[in-house]
Amino acid sequence: MSFLELRNVSKAYGTGSAEVHALANIDLSVDRGALVAVMGPSGSGKSTLLTIAGTLEEPTDGEVTIGGSAVGTMSRNEKARLRRRTIGYVFQDFNLLPGLTAAENVSLPLELDGMRTRRAHAAGMAALEELGIGDRATHYPDELSGGERQRVAIARAVVGERHLLLADEPSGALDSANGEAVMRTILAACHRGVAAVVVTHDAQLASWADRVVFLRDGHVVDQTMPPQSTESLLTPGQSQ
Amino acid sequence: MSVRHALLALLSEEPKYGLKLRQEFEAQTGEVWPLNVGQVYTTLQRLERDGLIESDDAGEDERQKTFRITSGGEAELANWLRTPPDLSLPPRDELVIKILVALHLPGVNVHDVIQLHRRYVVELMQQWTRLKEEEADSDLGFALAVDAELFRLDSVVRWLDTADGRLKRASAEPPTETSSPRPRLRRRVGINR
Repeated sequence: MSFLELRNVSKAYGTGSAEVHALANIDLSVDRGALVAVMGPSGSGKSTLLTIAGTLEEPTDGEVTIGGSAVGTMSRNEKARLRRRTIGYVFQDFNLLPGLTAAENVSLPLELDGMRTRRAHAAGMAALEELGIGDRATHYPDELSGGERQRVAIARAVVGERHLLLADEPSGALDSANGEAVMRTILAACHRGVAAVVVTHDAQLASWADRVVFLRDGHVVDQTMPPQSTESLLTPGQSQ
Repeated sequence: MSVRHALLALLSEEPKYGLKLRQEFEAQTGEVWPLNVGQVYTTLQRLERDGLIESDDAGEDERQKTFRITSGGEAELANWLRTPPDLSLPPRDELVIKILVALHLPGVNVHDVIQLHRRYVVELMQQWTRLKEEEADSDLGFALAVDAELFRLDSVVRWLDTADGRLKRASAEPPTETSSPRPRLRRRVGINR
């Protein structure tokens, strides 16, 4: 079974004539180690899909399973624990706490979950170092560049035993070099066994994914085939 | 980019054999643009004919000849580097024409056609990105060439996204008389042929 599974998930807001279908009959499976991108225009349901996958919202119909457990049958407390321990979120605007250093921002979720400060700090440092920003650990968010802030946010999302990374337009307003660095960081987390879903309208970001799912008007309309060999890109005969 | 000017650029460093020129050309274009030996020698002969390079006239096998750039070649190279390529006329883009045709064909859903092409281009971008992920760290020329390809393909996806949105909005609005593009523009984008 995949780490994240959405089966026949639908989401409607409002009732009667004012009912709006944000998502309709979505099936999505993401294995550990896989990076899936969800592409679609504004209003296609990308962010709703992510909040339902992250248990922040409940679907109107269908089932979400994370790590083999059906989210629909969980109590509020169980869902909160799942969010604290298993799921990491990355947002467009980083959402780091300004009064805490990079390392404190990363270790905070572990401390909130009851881990002792020293152990949480060590895990936070390990996450920062794995993502290549260990040397920025003692800096505050306003002392970091946009790209560094987003890498701290990714470290916070995967710190400890978090196995599901959900990112909403993670390169936000970053330039393309930093956008690439963000995707390389997410990919590095996937190579260590994290299952990741990135929603974006940016094809260059999406092209880092193993699979790209296309969303339109709340429906999955298409997805890319497994990547082909890259040999064909470099065959002779392109000269002019 | 012209092979001619690439070879002039390589010869402006120092005199070289044809085979070495081919190897260096491929290395500097990150092997994104492979050349065959025949192309190299044909181009070298033309450059020599035009007085832009010269060879030691040993009368031996072409492969043994050493080529060097002339002052005329240096001037040609400097001029080429600073001359903007012609980007002013829109190319006759086959994809644009396919979407315009799909728009008017009965029984064809233009959004499906757009998605089919969008998926194909994104799959191509995935392949280029995979190459970049695997190899670009060690090869600057390769990374630059792959970036250029990714930006080119990205612009195609953006156009498809924009077309998709424009068509969706248009279908939600009451139909109005379509005004024809000016004949000159029509001709330039290659529609009216």
